[in-house]
Amino acid sequence: MLPIFVIIPLGCAFLIPIASKWRKGSAQILANLAGGLLLLFSIKSIFWLKTGIKLYYLGGWKPPFGIAMALDGMTVLMLIVVNLIGCLALVYSIDYIKRYTSPALYYTLFSLLLAGLNGVVVSADLFNLFVFLEITSIASYALVAFGTEAEELEASFKYLVLGSVASILILLAIGMLLGSVSTLNMADISRSLAASSSSSKDIILYCTALFIMGFGLKTALVPFHAWLPDAHPAAPAPMSAMLSGVVIKTIGVYALCRVVFNILGFTQMISSIFIWLGIISMLVGVLLAIGQWDFKRLLAYHSISQIGYVIFGIGLGTPLGIMGGLFHLFNHSLFKSLLFLNAGSVEYSTGTRQLEKLGGLSKQMPVTSATSLIASLSIAGIPPFCGFWSKLVIIIAAFQANNIAGGVVCVLVGIITLASFLKIQKYVFIRKVEEAMAGVKEAPLYMLFSMAVLAVLCVAAGLLFLPFMDTIIKPASDALLEGLNYAGLILGT
Amino acid sequence: MKEAGMSLIVKRITKITVSLIFLYGVYIVLHGHITPGGGFAGGVIIALSFIHLVLAFGKEAALKRLNETAVSAIESLGGLLFWGIALLGLLGGVFFLNILPKGRIFHLFSSGTIVLCNIAIFLKVGAGLFAIFIALAAMRMPAEKKEGKK
Repeated sequence: MLPIFVIIPLGCAFLIPIASKWRKGSAQILANLAGGLLLLFSIKSIFWLKTGIKLYYLGGWKPPFGIAMALDGMTVLMLIVVNLIGCLALVYSIDYIKRYTSPALYYTLFSLLLAGLNGVVVSADLFNLFVFLEITSIASYALVAFGTEAEELEASFKYLVLGSVASILILLAIGMLLGSVSTLNMADISRSLAASSSSSKDIILYCTALFIMGFGLKTALVPFHAWLPDAHPAAPAPMSAMLSGVVIKTIGVYALCRVVFNILGFTQMISSIFIWLGIISMLVGVLLAIGQWDFKRLLAYHSISQIGYVIFGIGLGTPLGIMGGLFHLFNHSLFKSLLFLNAGSVEYSTGTRQLEKLGGLSKQMPVTSATSLIASLSIAGIPPFCGFWSKLVIIIAAFQANNIAGGVVCVLVGIITLASFLKIQKYVFIRKVEEAMAGVKEAPLYMLFSMAVLAVLCVAAGLLFLPFMDTIIKPASDALLEGLNYAGLILGT
Repeated sequence: MKEAGMSLIVKRITKITVSLIFLYGVYIVLHGHITPGGGFAGGVIIALSFIHLVLAFGKEAALKRLNETAVSAIESLGGLLFWGIALLGLLGGVFFLNILPKGRIFHLFSSGTIVLCNIAIFLKVGAGLFAIFIALAAMRMPAEKKEGKK
């Protein structure tokens, strides 16, 4: 029952505008119901995987003619990431979105975003992946501009222009592939490319370059990162959490890995491109972050840096490296979403995100303060929180693969990350200020609930990392390591 | 204060042509499965007939026939209808399965759920395009007033 991941949020997105006409509150009930159901189904999908890869043919048409959906280890990992963060962001929105005037619109766009993200993940058809990617992108352009102030509109416009450039590059690559092998089913493309003559090697090379540029722009790896530091802070807080925690990973890292590993084939050249992109992203992201004074902007730069770890780990190409990268992807979605939700609740209570103006909030906002401390320690890689283990695995993998420079950069970036999060802890929560922050209250209940759940998950993923790696991360990295055999698994024979 | 809309000649011609354009749009939608066209093209043509009204008679005259709330509701209804048709396939066991009788090829009543899909797409596209036009027209009004003051 794979299409359920698209059916639920899509139906919800169309129901909300009609339902909210006669009952104001129905939008958030519907959206949260959809979020909860999606989370349940995505946890259930772990058990579906037990009996091997699942396939679904839309309309009963078998590939290569029809559209197929597939569920393998990588899909399950991404479904859990998308729907876990999505569900918690929706719960957080119940209180947070009262600041804005049209909640029905917000929930409609949010449901569309979830439909797009889930669609990207379950699709086994390259063009369908592109369509869902566009649904996701367009919903996120609109959600970034949701405040409709000058800052939000500018950020959204920048995001829209660069996002469209990325989409065009991806579409061009898909067109080239369709032109050369006359099919759009991922497995079928992979098989046809492998079977065809040497002239297809040039096309593979060209398409790889286009895909890396296109998905690199969506992921905001460093030479392509210009839109991210504007877009992520401008969005409403739950949406920032989705953008940083889920969107750049699903339509960026996941799509890139799926295309490169399972369709075009992972070569030594791609491996070194990934490693260099990863190292540059890690360094540049963290160095730009440390000088920021806007709470959310600082977090946005750290997203670039942390995605660098993920791409670096996956780029190593060894089983351990890929596992580390994917585990860091999962962990980053937990703690970065949590940090953005923290920033949102600080902004909700005090009305500002400027670090110099904030201070001494650990007394007035105990829950926000405690959860942000956990998230900061996780992102900085302090044991026993989840970020430590994934960084450790990546660093060990780097040394094992004889990439000493990369491993050293990972350690160094970890230290600078710790420094910049100490800065946040000091300026926002710990330092004493005279009167300025008097009368600030803790954020409302639903917001606290989301943050607390994420904080607990951060600790749990750190303490239970071995069983967790076995059940979720291992199948995902196996799916990538399967490489071009993916075609055989999907098409049979 | 001059009258809303364009001159008498334009209004007169519009009254004659607008229903023809509308009818042509309906034709394109209903024949989507046997001739070129379909829900999207037909939806655009039908939206154009309403936009035609806005241009000739001014925004108010057109909105009297089809106001913003109705447009928004029709648009969501179109999406919901398409979603419902896809769900209908589950009765036959598979999402998006074409469960209705297919009829004889090249006849108006054929191809099962495709006609219904076209109608749903027409509602979505037509209402969506008209809503975009209304929104742009609403944005234009304040700008014009500012220029008038200068």
